[in-house]
Amino acid sequence: MAAPEGVRAGAEVRLQGLTKLFGPVVAVSDVSMTVPAGSFFTLLGPSGSGKTTTLMMVAGFVHPSRGAIAIDGIDVAALPPQKRDLGMVFQSYAVFPHLTVSENIAFPLEVRKVSAAEIRRRVGEALELVRLTGYERRLPRQLSGGEQQRVALARALVFRPRVLLMDEPLGALDKKLRAHMQLELKRIQRHLHVTVIYVTHDQEEALTMSDRVAVMRGGQTEQVGTPAELYESPVSPFVADFVGESNFLDGVVISTSPDGRAVVRAEGGLELRGTSREPLHVGQRVVAAVRPEKIVPQDARASELNRGKGVVDQIVYAGDATRYSVALGATGTLTVKVQNRLASRQLATGDLVELAWDPGDTRLFARASDER
Amino acid sequence: MNADGSALVTAPTMVAADRRETRRYLLLLLPALLTLGTFFVYPLFGILLRSVYKNGYTLESYRQIVRTSVYLTVIALTFRTAAVVTLIALLLGYPLAYVLATVRPRLARVLVVIVVLPFLTSIIVRTYAWMVLLGRNGVVNQYLVALGLTQAPLPLLYNQAGVVVGMTYVLLPFMVLTLASVMRGIDPALVRAAHSLGASRWQAFRRVFLPLSAPGIAGGTLLVFILSLGFFITPALMGGPSDVMIAMLIEREVEFTLNWSFASALGVILLALTLIGFAVYYRLMRLERLFEGLG
Repeated sequence: MAAPEGVRAGAEVRLQGLTKLFGPVVAVSDVSMTVPAGSFFTLLGPSGSGKTTTLMMVAGFVHPSRGAIAIDGIDVAALPPQKRDLGMVFQSYAVFPHLTVSENIAFPLEVRKVSAAEIRRRVGEALELVRLTGYERRLPRQLSGGEQQRVALARALVFRPRVLLMDEPLGALDKKLRAHMQLELKRIQRHLHVTVIYVTHDQEEALTMSDRVAVMRGGQTEQVGTPAELYESPVSPFVADFVGESNFLDGVVISTSPDGRAVVRAEGGLELRGTSREPLHVGQRVVAAVRPEKIVPQDARASELNRGKGVVDQIVYAGDATRYSVALGATGTLTVKVQNRLASRQLATGDLVELAWDPGDTRLFARASDER
Repeated sequence: MNADGSALVTAPTMVAADRRETRRYLLLLLPALLTLGTFFVYPLFGILLRSVYKNGYTLESYRQIVRTSVYLTVIALTFRTAAVVTLIALLLGYPLAYVLATVRPRLARVLVVIVVLPFLTSIIVRTYAWMVLLGRNGVVNQYLVALGLTQAPLPLLYNQAGVVVGMTYVLLPFMVLTLASVMRGIDPALVRAAHSLGASRWQAFRRVFLPLSAPGIAGGTLLVFILSLGFFITPALMGGPSDVMIAMLIEREVEFTLNWSFASALGVILLALTLIGFAVYYRLMRLERLFEGLG
């Protein structure tokens, strides 16, 4: 789908050796990464990991001690925030309390001396984009947290920045609203093709929304990759633990093979086979990590199952599980949640699948006679 | 029917509960009301009475004030001086308050102490200190002459300039503290947001910080202006013979002329003009809010 009229495609953001010292404290240390144009890129990490400082350096509110920030190849490190042309959504929303919704959204256009007619048109468009049409004359104090968040978003997008920075924008919202806003954000991002750099400490949010995630720890990037890469092949116990959930077992390597596989004797004498990204040697102490859902309880029960054939038409990957929408023709569409277990095959849209479920899990309820 | 009936039952009990609530609040207000009544409203009423009583009820004092140009000049001068002092205090106080509100908390506490420190010394001592600084052979003039900026010492004392300098100095903390308390409540993320949206430093200040600090400007200027109107010691000591403010006039009538009726009438006029000024100001500030919403 082509970008809507007047919308510029997102820009690539490249960080090179970015470092920030606050006195003797190293907040961000030698961070290098490339945010692909038009992608949803998340900086994920616990508090104090340097993710917000990194974002603030991209925004221009924090001056890097060393390193370069390039937006579409142009170094912006020396530019003040107002010259970088980046949209930003703050954790506290930072909606101007003395201005109405439409005045808030018009603000970036007014400081750019856009004509009044053009401002009116674009504010209308932005309100439509965040579904706040009809709220023009309200003041922020008359809005809910979620609505203020949308105003902040519309305001950050109305001047068509090529990069949108978001600092834990959904942190203050309740769980239901957060899930809804996650979908809205993805919809808007795909619609505008804007590059999004998103900061969060919520791994679930990072996995569900991002094209790529950089896991940060102690001011450094621990791993950069797609959600599936982070989840399926974490580079460190930290990533394995922070992204999703893992069981950890201490052990000693007792044999290795050239393909990276190794046999480990865990404490208690249990022998485990595993794979490693780095070569291991016999006698080395290791930690074995395994995801809970990859452990399959053996169940030899045989029973008569319900069965149906269908076509996969939508896939939502969530790390530990994948939700598939499977169309069963006239019967309707079933949502199927598949735990991403050991050796479980990932389905693709259009795949023909056979679904089976236990009659014991199929509850039957009598219908009232007048209902259809 | 049922709903109507229950509404009829609950309404009187609600009213009774409301009344009890109101009574409780009145009880809490009572000490303050009594104090105000005894020490403020009652004497004020006495002044009001005295202003129209001089061997029998008469408007003689008011007639005399309105007819005598000197008195009208003094009133005009009082308001002018108050306005000038307020404006200068605002111009000096705003940047100071901004610093106070935005520096690190520890430094801010030190600065607040420095701002409040003058309150711990007597106003007379402070006024005499200024007289030493601003006199013909005072520190300021010595520097000005030594630096060759002026040939002869400037007349900085016993004139309007001296009064304005002294009053501004005494009243500045009221302005600074009022402004700073409002500015401290402004979320710094709002100014950052303005920058991220493309606003220059000036635009971010003009369109975000300044309007949000408007309640502080309103409060600070009102406070300083009203305090200025009744100022006595500083203009008496630092002003010249022609820099008579209304409070000094009242003092003269009470102390020397012993014309208490006339002094009371002057006081009533000062109070009335202050209240009118307050009302006009209130309307202006409200109007400004309105314009902000439309702009």
